[in-house]
Amino acid sequence: MTTLQLKNIVKRYKSQTVLDDLSLDVADGERLVLFGPSGAGKTVLLRLVAGVIDPDEGRVLIGGEDMTEVDAEHRGVGMAFQNFALFPHMSAFDNIASALTARRFSKEAIAAGVEKVAKLLKIDHVLTHHPKALSNGQKQRTALARALVGSPPLLLLDDPLRNVDAKLRFEMRLELPRLLAAQGATVIYVTQDYKEAMALGDRIAVMFEGQLRQIGTPADIYDTPAELEIARLFGDPTINLLDVVPQRGPDGAFAELSGVRLRLPGFGPEIVGKACVLGIRPESIVFSEASATGAIPVRVEAETPLNEKTVTLTLTARGREVLVSRPAGTPGPATGPAHLAVNSRAALLFDKESGRLMRPSEPASKRNGEAA
Amino acid sequence: MEAMSPLERILRGIALTLVVIFFMFPIVWILLMSFQTNETILRIPPSVVFTPTLDNYAALITGKLQTAAGTLDIAFMRNLGNSVFLSVVSVAVALLLGVPAAYAFARHKFRGSEDIAFTLLSFRFAPPLLVLLPLTQYFQWLGLSNTYFGLIWVYQLICLPLILWIVRGYFEDISADVEYAYRIAGHSWFATFRKIALPLAGPGIAAAGLLAFIFAWNNFVFALVLASADKQPVTVGALAFVTASGIQYGQIAAAIVLSITPTLALALYAQRYLVEGLSLGAVKG
Repeated sequence: MTTLQLKNIVKRYKSQTVLDDLSLDVADGERLVLFGPSGAGKTVLLRLVAGVIDPDEGRVLIGGEDMTEVDAEHRGVGMAFQNFALFPHMSAFDNIASALTARRFSKEAIAAGVEKVAKLLKIDHVLTHHPKALSNGQKQRTALARALVGSPPLLLLDDPLRNVDAKLRFEMRLELPRLLAAQGATVIYVTQDYKEAMALGDRIAVMFEGQLRQIGTPADIYDTPAELEIARLFGDPTINLLDVVPQRGPDGAFAELSGVRLRLPGFGPEIVGKACVLGIRPESIVFSEASATGAIPVRVEAETPLNEKTVTLTLTARGREVLVSRPAGTPGPATGPAHLAVNSRAALLFDKESGRLMRPSEPASKRNGEAA
Repeated sequence: MEAMSPLERILRGIALTLVVIFFMFPIVWILLMSFQTNETILRIPPSVVFTPTLDNYAALITGKLQTAAGTLDIAFMRNLGNSVFLSVVSVAVALLLGVPAAYAFARHKFRGSEDIAFTLLSFRFAPPLLVLLPLTQYFQWLGLSNTYFGLIWVYQLICLPLILWIVRGYFEDISADVEYAYRIAGHSWFATFRKIALPLAGPGIAAAGLLAFIFAWNNFVFALVLASADKQPVTVGALAFVTASGIQYGQIAAAIVLSITPTLALALYAQRYLVEGLSLGAVKG
């Protein structure tokens, strides 16, 4: 285990800035997920930590030691690549052993080390095969084994499940936390899949355009995404985003949805008249009776059952689409007119212009108390 | 392959035969000539029916050429040895210099790297005679004319750009991640070059080396100008058969057959490297 600190990292390719003054602290033994769309600079960041590319500015500290100028082979990190990057002219055994041979271990020690990690990853029966004779899943496990075998204190995993099929990805998503916990390493895990991020990360760092936009626990990111874009990327079905202009009411600000007032608890006059985006998670909306207060009339367009939940697409009177998610097996309308009730405390308000989350002016503790 | 109608098959057969005859005929004719005396070669009309003789080969190997004007010494075997020596050493030197350079050009984009690489390639554009005149003078000043060292140096103009540009492409085709992975596993850049880059570019290096060897072997003009008889390769040595008492077609044919044999054998042997899967399914499934 070790710590990792990145200080004001800048990386440019030609005129394009790929990493823009990025700083990040990863604690000893922490599992940090680096999440972001492709092109955000996640892979560049990981390679920079591994030492195969150099930053233009900034420092990389591993275990408190400045490693910025240190070559990759002396940094003592393990890395698994998204495209596996196996050595095509070597057997799976030699691929995995490559992380040990550099350290002048005895032949027996190398064989024992490789056998152990291969057994753990269930590839001990294909060790003599060359990469081209391995299935995708076996390649991925071999690449993972190569990263793990030297028990590096810092483990960098670059979207290791990206190129494997859905079934295997699901299996590995369950298996990886156990594996990584047994390894006891500090882990940085890159992914574009929010479910993977939520399942694997102690903390998630969300990255866009070379900058870290939000760092927090999976629950933090899901419940209070700092930006519209983050809210959109986390959650399936996607969060409902509705343009609103809050107005002043007798008991604080409210937004009008299809002629129905939705109170925005905690928000004061500062948001009145401002172009905003209201974000409501599909699971924060329920079907209600027409007579219930604040019921919004909609028309049900389509219903999609997804194993554990049912997602309904509805249209408001103004033709805006609203997704509603409810646990599978619970009753709900399949067609025709219906009414929705929105849990306004779960609603998120974003500044339309900047895309940033707007926090209620009242203290959060009070708001939480109200919610409870 | 799709099933073909009989007509298609026949037409295809005829077309293939024509192509093969067109390209193979000169070679077959040379081979036939090498077993004939000048008299049967110069018969009109020519005929493929003759009594084969090994005199031409015997003359080449013993170095004694019987002509109407008497016995002539020829240095064909020495020329052949020169060809082998010059080509092998030139390619070896070019590989030694060119492969690391190709790796550098492929992996490290430094200021002016493209310009330097292109300049090296441009040596191949210039007609050899353009560089030959100044070179002859330089070589005389430097005492390099008519030395193996000087010839091998000049042969780098042929071999080095070829190897550099072909091998560079092969290095560029190797995923950088594969090399990064080896570095991160704890190996130095030099170990990575030796254990990852070289083996993966192996087929390309073999192909480039083979091509460079053939180009060096076939070179005529550099050796003609810069070397005298005892350092000349077969390409130039064959001129010795144009004698005062006539052109010795039989010996020329035999000399050509002997001189293309090594390159032909090498090409056949190296064929498997050329067709071997190059990336070996390195990256992704």
